[in-house]
Amino acid sequence: MKSTLGLTTTLVIFWLLLSGHYTGLILSLGALSIALVVWIARRMDVVDHEVAPVHFTPKLIGYWLWLAGEIIKSTFDVTRRVLRGRGALHPAYEDVPIDQGTAMSETILANSITLTPGTLSVDVRNDVIRVHTVHKDLLVSLREGGMARRVKALEPKAKQS
Amino acid sequence: MMFAAAMLAILITMALTLARAVLGPTVYDRIMAVNLFGTKTVLFIAVVGFLFGRPEFLDIALVYALINFIGTVAVLKLMHYGELGWVDTSWERDDL
Amino acid sequence: MLPQILDGLSWALLLVGSGFTIISGIGLFRMPEFFTRTHAAGMTDSMAAIMILGGLLLQAPDWMVAVRLIAIAAFLALTSPTASHALAQAALADGLKPLLGGQQGKG
Repeated sequence: MKSTLGLTTTLVIFWLLLSGHYTGLILSLGALSIALVVWIARRMDVVDHEVAPVHFTPKLIGYWLWLAGEIIKSTFDVTRRVLRGRGALHPAYEDVPIDQGTAMSETILANSITLTPGTLSVDVRNDVIRVHTVHKDLLVSLREGGMARRVKALEPKAKQS
Repeated sequence: MMFAAAMLAILITMALTLARAVLGPTVYDRIMAVNLFGTKTVLFIAVVGFLFGRPEFLDIALVYALINFIGTVAVLKLMHYGELGWVDTSWERDDL
Repeated sequence: MLPQILDGLSWALLLVGSGFTIISGIGLFRMPEFFTRTHAAGMTDSMAAIMILGGLLLQAPDWMVAVRLIAIAAFLALTSPTASHALAQAALADGLKPLLGGQQGKG
């Protein structure tokens, strides 16, 4: 029930932000469409705490800033490799062990790896992420686990048991 | 002025992406190229909206961004399983 | 003074974003095979898109436009890694082998 409420609130805020027309008819049509979406989501049984992960929000901003910095750094790196061509490439495809605890945390980590240019997560299974990188040096920094530690720190402490 | 420059750059990239989609060689190269083309289309619509002073185009860009993603995933699923209604249960883990 | 600075910043973002866009297009041809091409493609998705949208954001006439630009950037940032991942995974499941370090030159 709490998740349904969270989903509804998110949809209402999103609709109000995008609409810009606040007359009776349009508002009631908006309410109707939100109700329809919530009904479909409940019927598909996809409403759980992952739909509206409100318990993450406060620490996320800091993580995003850090991730943006990483993306900028590696974009320049990949740009250099693209322009230098095959000589700068040493593609590697290996497993990186992870210890994230929750599925949500694993998902954020895998998405962050893919979002950073030069590294691409291909598969997540049994506490390893299979990563394809454009150069094998990039695997070293992934194995050091700086990103994994930051993602893990996003989780509320109570959830890590 | 700067909008026109950005538009030109995006158009050049769209042409390159289309060439990659035609050349292939694998079907996944083509899907990736079409996905990239879709992302470029979103940026193109946004920039054109600003160039012509019609920021309402952004609504179209927003919808296109969603359709592009869903389309890519749908084509991949169709490629892989041969139908769209197939539900993958193999990823469900018993330790969660 | 401030409007000029914002204007310059937004033009710089647009120009650099356009540059990255073209480079990723070139990357589609300079990279030897599918997986490395995905890296070149993913580069624009995460970086150039956000730069160009950020450049437009600084030119936004009102907050309605700003909200839409932020929403587009957020959607792209959420969906593009998912699409890249799905592509790479489907290609691997289909038996496409990534080209590894030692085997360059053949591709």
